[in-house]
Amino acid sequence: MITLTHYLVLAAVLFGIGLFGALTKRNAIGIFMGIELMLNAVNLNLVAFSRFITPQVLVGQTFAVFTIVVAAAEIAVGLAIAITLYRERSTINADELDLMKW
Amino acid sequence: MTVVFWIAAALTVLAALTMVGVTNLVHSALALALSLLGIAVLFILLSADFLAAIQILIYVGAVVVLLVFGIMLIQRGDMKESNLPNRYVGVATLVVLVVVGLFSWLISTTDWQVSTAAPVPSTVEPIARLLFTRYIIPFEVAGLLLLAAVIGAIILAREVKSK
Repeated sequence: MITLTHYLVLAAVLFGIGLFGALTKRNAIGIFMGIELMLNAVNLNLVAFSRFITPQVLVGQTFAVFTIVVAAAEIAVGLAIAITLYRERSTINADELDLMKW
Repeated sequence: MTVVFWIAAALTVLAALTMVGVTNLVHSALALALSLLGIAVLFILLSADFLAAIQILIYVGAVVVLLVFGIMLIQRGDMKESNLPNRYVGVATLVVLVVVGLFSWLISTTDWQVSTAAPVPSTVEPIARLLFTRYIIPFEVAGLLLLAAVIGAIILAREVKSK
């Protein structure tokens, strides 16, 4: 029998893997991939809560729709920034992008 | 149900590990697509049919394709070494283990108030009803956010005029 705990732990593991990718990748696009995975783990949490705690009212799933919207907006703006950065500096290596580092 | 859950969970986690593990950025993007498909299967298991469709359409169909386009526009030369880790792998491993351990401990010790009611058979209509009644203002704000993101992305990525 698969319970809520299974889904929550799975989502926590996925969040951890996404966090690891976002923290350790040099390439900015690799970092975006990690962030997408973290947002997906959150979505999995929301849908699992919606299914197991309030199966009749789909508030969790509605919230997941908003998360997907934010993720889509984030990836569009993020890639635009990456392309602009590449045009200016010929690199998107996150270690070398220290323009705002004090 | 149980077997499908474990297969989908294993697929998702293995694909996610592949995504952070490989050094080729295109392979990472493909592994991410696989991982997102696994999550779509889990959505179907959670009887969230609409979200599973949205997941495949937006994430696998749009986000991953957009990422591949970004890679194509940006990455030149050797693709084999395009997704290398930085020097914080040790610290990041520690942080991730602490975070996941803490989450798992909190999840397993919490007494969840699980409901035994059956899920609604079709989710499209209830979600639409919530979006257009109780959550109409967040819905409009989300639309505004998408508009702002589209305009911002166009302005940022537009060819810069030579000075």
